[in-house]
Order: sequence, then structure tokens, then C-alpha cells
Amino acid sequence: MMTAGKICIALMVLAGANSAFAETPASIVSGYAAEAAKATPGFAPSAKRGQSFFTREWGVSREMPNCTACHGRNLKVDGKHVITGKRISPFAPAANPERFTSSAKVEKWFKRNCNEVAGRECTAAEKADFIQFVIQGEQS
Amino acid sequence: MKWLAAFALILGSTMVYADGNKLSVPANPKWKEECGSCHIAYPPQLLTGDNWQRLMGGLDKHFGANATLNPGDNQEILDFLQRHAGRGGRNSASSLRISDTPWFTREHREVSNNTWSDPAVKSRSNCTACHVNAERGDWSERGIRIPGGQRGEGQGERHERGGERDDD
Repeated sequence: MMTAGKICIALMVLAGANSAFAETPASIVSGYAAEAAKATPGFAPSAKRGQSFFTREWGVSREMPNCTACHGRNLKVDGKHVITGKRISPFAPAANPERFTSSAKVEKWFKRNCNEVAGRECTAAEKADFIQFVIQGEQS
Repeated sequence: MKWLAAFALILGSTMVYADGNKLSVPANPKWKEECGSCHIAYPPQLLTGDNWQRLMGGLDKHFGANATLNPGDNQEILDFLQRHAGRGGRNSASSLRISDTPWFTREHREVSNNTWSDPAVKSRSNCTACHVNAERGDWSERGIRIPGGQRGEGQGERHERGGERDDD
């Protein structure tokens, strides 16, 4: 039997867990980087690699051969869905504070879009690099 | 008297139907989020419950994209769509494309081929190209802006209606 006290404690733990999971682009990068380090010891996210990933021509999908087909090349402005024409909000957290603040959402879209554009799921390393690139902005 | 009331009811519902503005539904956050990412979240009234069931059962091949949801979200969204679904043949299409329903075809009969192929429109799925406030649930005629400056288009209907107000 769960007493009121126990329920209360359970609720407090839940609330605590919630706030502990307040996510930021940086914390999401760290999560993917930790995962990548398991396969590649010493892995460190690279904005430069992230940029190449973003502009890479995959050539898998006719209509979506690369990320920029829908997202555009400029991280700070809206993209446009290449088929439906729908506006896609910018990647840059400065232009769109909601970006990369939910790892579940980030994971959902990597899964969907990587399969669509790359024809496979993306690796943790690719995800870490890409978000690192978004945080740091365009690399020269 | 009863007969008159029934007549008024039919008339009333026909008017509601004929008026493309009445597409508001209680917002469902999951529907809005999941169905409103790649295209706007299309109003549930625009397909029948049966159409929605088939559509939600085939999200792995959703008009060329894999839009699979987790089973719980899928069910919740399907329930919502069916609760507010349209009825009858006018809201039904075997292709499951809203743009193939008799209702859609009729409502858009004044839109020219030039407009449909305008780069700013491109696709019949791109409602907001013309219904600029559709994402906020505003489908009123006064909210229509046809790209390419063909302003006369789509306004004949407003003319027919005379002084009828579009926003209600």
C-alpha cells in the first residue's frame, strides 16, 4: 500500500527528474558525444565535420538529395519543405530558441530525416558534430 | 412546425458546410505537432473517418515519405481525427488526398492552372501559399492572397455572397 507520504516523495522525485532533464543544445551534444566515444575513444564533436555533413550530397532521394534541400544553407533563416512548401523554422538556437531542447524530438527527426536523405540512420558521432556546427555557426 | 425546424436545420448545416471558414476544431497538441511539421495540420473535417483510418494505418508510406509514429501517438491522433472527421462522399477520396475530394475540387474551382504551378504554390498540399493564416486556423476568404498577383481569383465567391462577413 502506498501511503500519502510515499506518493508525495515519488512526486518530488519525478519533479526533480523533470528539471534535471531540462535540455540545451550543448547537453544534447554531450549525450551524443558520450555515445560516440564508446565506439571511438576520445571522440570530440567537430563543427567542421558537422558542416560537411550538412552540405553533403547523399544522392539517395531525388527530391531531398541533401539536408539543405529543405533547410536551406543559412542556419539563421527559415527553410522550406521541398515538397509541401511548408516553412521550416531555423536551426540556429539564436534564431529559434526551441531548437535542440528536447532530445526525444531531436532523435525523432534525425531518425526520420537521416533515413530519408542518407538512406540510413545517422551515427551518434554525426549527430554530435551536426549540433556542434549549429551551435558554433558557419565554419570558414 | 417540426418540418420547418428540420428545414432550418438542414439549411443551417448546408451553410456551415458551404462556408470554408468553419474549419476550426479544438486543438490537439499531438495532432498539431505530429501532423503539422512537414505540412500544416490539415483539419480533420476534410476527410472521412474511414479515410483517416486508412491514412493513419499507412504512415510508413505516406505520399512518398516514412512518417511513422509510435503506436500510442498514432492511436491518439486517429481518435482525434475520427472524432471530428467529415462525412459523405464529398469529403472522401480513394487516393486519401484531401485535394482529390469533391469538396476540395469545388472550393478551388476558380483557381487557375497558372496559380497551381506558381513556384510559390507548387503543391496543393501547400495551403498557406494562399491561405496565409491557415496555420492559425483562419481559412476566411479575406485571408486569401494568391501569389503572382492574380487578385481577382477566388474572389468571385465573395462577390456572390454579397455582404456576408467572412470572419465569425
